[in-house]
Amino acid sequence: MNIHEHQAKELLKSYGAPVAAGVAIFSADEAAAAAKSLPGPLYVVKSQIHAGGRGKGKFKELGPDAKGGVRLAKTIDEVVAFSKEMLGNTLVTKQTGPAGKQVNRLYIEDGADIARELYCSLLVNRDSGRVSFVVSTEGGMDIEAVAEETPDKIISVDIDPTAGVTEADVAKIAAALALDGDAKADAAKLMPILYKAFVDTDMSMLEVNPLIVMTDGHLRVLDAKVSFDNNAAFRHEDLKALRDLSEEDAKEIEASKFDLAYVALDGNIGCMVNGAGLAMSTMDIIKLYGAEPANFLDVGGGATTEKVTAAFKIITADPAVKGILVNIFGGIMRCDVIAEGVIAAVKEVGLEVPLVVRLEGTRVKEGKAILDQSGLNVISADDLDDAAQKIVAAVKSAA
Amino acid sequence: MSILVNKDTKVLVQGLTGKTGTFHTEQALAYYGTQMVGGVNPKKAGETWTSGLDASASLPVYASVAEGKERTGANASVVYVPPPGAAAAIIEAIDAEIPLIVCITEGIPVLDMVRVKARLENSKSRLLGPNCPGVLTPEECKIGIMPGSIFSKGSVGIVSRSGTLTYEAVFQTTNEGLGQTTAVGIGGDPVKGTEIIDILEMFLADDATKSIVMIGEIGGSAEEDAAQFLIDEAKRGRKKPMAGFIAGLTAPPGRTMGHAGAVISGGKGGAEDKIAAMEAAGIRVSKSPARIGRTLAELLKG
Repeated sequence: MNIHEHQAKELLKSYGAPVAAGVAIFSADEAAAAAKSLPGPLYVVKSQIHAGGRGKGKFKELGPDAKGGVRLAKTIDEVVAFSKEMLGNTLVTKQTGPAGKQVNRLYIEDGADIARELYCSLLVNRDSGRVSFVVSTEGGMDIEAVAEETPDKIISVDIDPTAGVTEADVAKIAAALALDGDAKADAAKLMPILYKAFVDTDMSMLEVNPLIVMTDGHLRVLDAKVSFDNNAAFRHEDLKALRDLSEEDAKEIEASKFDLAYVALDGNIGCMVNGAGLAMSTMDIIKLYGAEPANFLDVGGGATTEKVTAAFKIITADPAVKGILVNIFGGIMRCDVIAEGVIAAVKEVGLEVPLVVRLEGTRVKEGKAILDQSGLNVISADDLDDAAQKIVAAVKSAA
Repeated sequence: MSILVNKDTKVLVQGLTGKTGTFHTEQALAYYGTQMVGGVNPKKAGETWTSGLDASASLPVYASVAEGKERTGANASVVYVPPPGAAAAIIEAIDAEIPLIVCITEGIPVLDMVRVKARLENSKSRLLGPNCPGVLTPEECKIGIMPGSIFSKGSVGIVSRSGTLTYEAVFQTTNEGLGQTTAVGIGGDPVKGTEIIDILEMFLADDATKSIVMIGEIGGSAEEDAAQFLIDEAKRGRKKPMAGFIAGLTAPPGRTMGHAGAVISGGKGGAEDKIAAMEAAGIRVSKSPARIGRTLAELLKG
């Protein structure tokens, strides 16, 4: 789960991290009061969307010469004018795709005098199996470009989960960021704070870009991006309030209610598969036979009939879907459960496109028998190759 | 021969009394008499679990892994405990010095696995998984959730990051008449106990394994590491014919595909780079997930 910048900063502030004063607003009417509550004389008006590259982003509805999604204002009137211009409009950035994202909230923040911009993030390093700080002196820009062009400017420091952030770790990070004086002293406090926030709330990523050294020599978290580990949601009821459903795909929200892993894609063949690897492979093989998948959908391990029904309904609700491929290799997942779920769903929502079903593995005979006896117009397939060819052919002949 | 498990492997079940644990323990007992020796559940200690498939098949339930190990001589455990308690269950098995721990549970918080990984260092245990289908040596031992019916005894060693793709590889090598020595699913999570390299090392050392199938997917760099390992081993004269497959060629960058491990991020972990690395190591990579077995069979025919 991703959260907005202002929520991330509030969270980090509660752990003691230095962030600027700021107020989140949802309408331009709130802009003047928000700005007046800040010290001034500089204000930053920041679009709150779940995507990076906001500063360089452009608003669809405004001309190409209009300012981007993060703006510096020198007066309260300017804050109000910017707010009116930005709220409700669609921001297109490098990360949003061409459709862009509607800006429904802004963060009005106190300006800062920046001396240096640094990069600091925490993530789980899959190679070492540890939480790792990733830092660079090249902050404020696209870190992937830095990784590409000057990989030696990115330093990783793994943290031992038993010891936590040690003085030696902080020294390595401070050296990598070329910090001295007050900034170095600040880092000694900030790094353990960031680590504690990361671990306490089960983050999967915490990115501070930029972390700034101000002209007064102190550190400040100027931007913050946080993702939480969905697998740990069960122990963080309080964080659920931070979810912004308007940032998510409606079908993906529906899928998440049933604990289904669903990703909307651009093609026209809907897929329902068990297992992430097989689900990706099913997408791959559809493409190999010249068509495009409409989605990634992993019904997971112990799916129930209800879950399968829900999955099927999500797929059929997508108007782009012109055919459906169900590909199940049952291990923990039983083929009879899949078959019952498919039948229940078809009975409920109808079936207007070709449906190819390939079943294999645990209780395959029972599953195939259930489908055969259902009287439904299901094209059955012997293996994955056969299944992919059949659905691609069926969709092409229907078009 | 085989790797990791054989007919002498004695398995404790952590989470036996739950629905999933029960179903798959029944299946394991029915698979060539896999030696399931007991279950662990502190609340049901002293009780007896009975298979729903075979009333004569029953297992004692112990209060702890340590007690179960002492009473039965178990040298492996399988974990079906739900995510909130799964890490603690693995750590209990590590503390009891169980040599092989197989964790099937899907959805364990990644920071729990960071803590587990730290406990595994310098321990006497090997962890397989989590979020894996387990390990199976045909006609000898089945730990986990792989469907036994698709296996046949043979000469191919199979290692995979993806559960259901493991089944594809098994099914296809069975259909090609090759059969398997052992199939191992290492699991799709980003932090896990055993990597592809560890399993490749075992397959290279196992005389009965004449060829290897390696299945990877997008995310991380395990396949690239494995490819480099194979290149280094080949220089030392250790080499076996290998076929492979990578899932996720069409996955869009930045979107997590189903489990935490499968994501292309920061321009790393893409399928094409992995395929190139594997081919450079002499692995014949199938473009289609339906032709993994055929690809290996053709390679072996020469």
